[in-house]
Amino acid sequence: MEKKQQLHRQVVMMRQSLFDQGYVDDQFVQLEELQDDTNPNFVEEIVTLYYRDSARLISSIEQALERSPLDFDKLDNLMHQFRGSSSSIGARKVKAECTQFGEHCVGGNGEGCMRSFQRMKREYSALRKKLEAYFQVARQAGPMDTASRSN
Amino acid sequence: MDAGAFSSSSSSLSRKDALPAGLRVLVVDDDPTWLKILEKMLKKCSYQVTTCNLAREALSLLRERKDGFDIVISDVNMPDMDGFKLLEHVGLEMDLPVIMMSVDGETSRVKKGVQHGACDYLLKPIKMKELRNIWQHVFRKRIHEARDFSGYEVIEGLQMTAGGFDLYDGAFSGGEQMVIPKKRKDTEFKHDDKELSDTSSSMKKARVVWSVDLHQKFVKAVNQIGFEKVGPKRILDLMNVPWLTRENVASHLQKYRLYLTRLQKDNDLKTSFCGIPISDVTAPNPVGGCSNENTFEIHPNEVVSSHVGFSGVDSFFQNTKPVRVESNGIGDAFQPMSKTKRKANADTPDGFDWKNSGGDLDKLFVAVKPEARYATAPDASIPSRFSWREVPEINFQQGKHINHSESKFRPPPLPSLMHSTEHEQPGPAPAKYSPIERTLADPFGNYLLYSKNRTDNHCEESALQEVVGSRPPQFETEFPIQKTLETAPAAMVAAENQGPNLSCVTEVGSSPKNLSSCGDSHRPSPEEVLQMGWPDDDFYSLGPGNQLFQFPEFGELDVVSEVPEHLYDTLRFDYEQVFDASELCPMDAGLFSA
Repeated sequence: MEKKQQLHRQVVMMRQSLFDQGYVDDQFVQLEELQDDTNPNFVEEIVTLYYRDSARLISSIEQALERSPLDFDKLDNLMHQFRGSSSSIGARKVKAECTQFGEHCVGGNGEGCMRSFQRMKREYSALRKKLEAYFQVARQAGPMDTASRSN
Repeated sequence: MDAGAFSSSSSSLSRKDALPAGLRVLVVDDDPTWLKILEKMLKKCSYQVTTCNLAREALSLLRERKDGFDIVISDVNMPDMDGFKLLEHVGLEMDLPVIMMSVDGETSRVKKGVQHGACDYLLKPIKMKELRNIWQHVFRKRIHEARDFSGYEVIEGLQMTAGGFDLYDGAFSGGEQMVIPKKRKDTEFKHDDKELSDTSSSMKKARVVWSVDLHQKFVKAVNQIGFEKVGPKRILDLMNVPWLTRENVASHLQKYRLYLTRLQKDNDLKTSFCGIPISDVTAPNPVGGCSNENTFEIHPNEVVSSHVGFSGVDSFFQNTKPVRVESNGIGDAFQPMSKTKRKANADTPDGFDWKNSGGDLDKLFVAVKPEARYATAPDASIPSRFSWREVPEINFQQGKHINHSESKFRPPPLPSLMHSTEHEQPGPAPAKYSPIERTLADPFGNYLLYSKNRTDNHCEESALQEVVGSRPPQFETEFPIQKTLETAPAAMVAAENQGPNLSCVTEVGSSPKNLSSCGDSHRPSPEEVLQMGWPDDDFYSLGPGNQLFQFPEFGELDVVSEVPEHLYDTLRFDYEQVFDASELCPMDAGLFSA
């Protein structure tokens, strides 16, 4: 079962790097703790839900950013939602960008908003890639006991 | 939960760290991810969860299922309605505790939440451990309500007798007692309870302090009109209090209703095990029964205030046997009210469906305060188990019978007891009855005062137990009760005390041999009585002399005792007494069994 063991090790490492590289925070652990026999793929399900919701929000923000003049309240509101959503999976870096964005909204800084939004999108993409890769390997590796998963 | 009648408290203590399972939570959040996470977290806490992603939907759900939820958790930012608005609505209409959530932790927002009546404000990301303890808000509210309506401190350790609803079984593991915040001090009544109880509502009007007298007037008016037909305007007119506004009455009525409902529910649970709901029977006529556990009759001019410990009518009536305990264990506790109602309408001897007149809940004024249930936590410190369903409503039938569905007991003959304890007459009376109880018992504004004579717990307990033991439907006679009461005031009082009561209560079946054992070991001073938490036992109706009248829960208890006038006077409404006579039930039953 060397392959299996290897996979398991890989999963552990990937998971660890999610934290180490600041992609996710403790909330992610909370989700992992909620995973149980009733919901064996809980974390992945939640993350999938997040993708769906955040995609919608990102597109709304994009549309709002195309308006002229910018409706900062609306932008702020949308970003607030996005931030809330990102907090659900513990998307740390994405959340940080959202906060920045919010500040620019408050300041009526259209340019700042645009830049912040771009950064936020980059973080979001990076996070998605990381998580997708992680789940893929995790699925391949199969169920692991908590001990090996835990960090 | 033990289905048996009073299961020993030990069983309830067995669960360690179990949360009050079955707490019915409504989660409202437009964020689908969070909604799912919260649902999972709450389910892991053994709560019963309903999710909603729209505020309007949540409101209509709450309206549809009145008393279908114990607590609401809602996000602040929602597309269709501002979370604060929802908060206000819930507070006003349903009077439920509401927890706000937001990713924004700005002080101003938090402040706004509190101002609008939120009982807590959680910041996202929310951890599961933060959700584990949300039950405290429900509990706190119940206590405040009890206080509000009763003016009495919730009895310490209000708890549903062992085996009963053991909501807190786990939570209070280790025999931790649910201590009701305010200890009754003498006859001090807290008039500020109303304020406290308003915490969860976002009403910002000037507070009206609902003093005992005012509440008495209110209840009297409600009784006169007929609970089902009651409306703020009519009540206001009857009350004839110039400075009171319709809004004041409306909001008070709403709370009262909810309170009764809760009592009813609690009573039901309680009756299951304790069987003796103490309800304030205020019907002038013999009441068919009190729903929960005590059946009592109300004779005209007799105000029997049965202190209905709680919940409901249903439980009261049903409990002819002291302990019905639950079949519900904790789980049952959370049965929707409807279930309880189903039970109601059981046949009752008097034609009144003492058994859970769930359906009649509305009719009854439940004097029982849910808290009462909690109050008595017998040593076992079984936390009061209270059903999350509130106190049942005591059906109050206008006219002849006061159905206190909650309590099945009849008010014991008070006169004899009345003199047993010296002391003060009821003025402050109310030892611990929730005002509601009193109200119930006193259609004419008289309340059956329950005086709990504090006596040694043990003594009383056993006595109570004994009393409770027999539950023959002999309540018809007043004498048995009277006798019992007379002889064992202490016993009755015992109930109030802490802990041991639980055991007492649980024993329903014992014969009242020991009633006299405790004898009048000492008659607690009114203060004492009042202060006594209601131990597990259930209700004690206190006579003027602070005698404790226990109304066992006997379906057929027909003892209708004439309640001495003076008993009623003192019903104070604003004490926090929590009387959960119903909790005590079993014991009480015995009292009345001849």
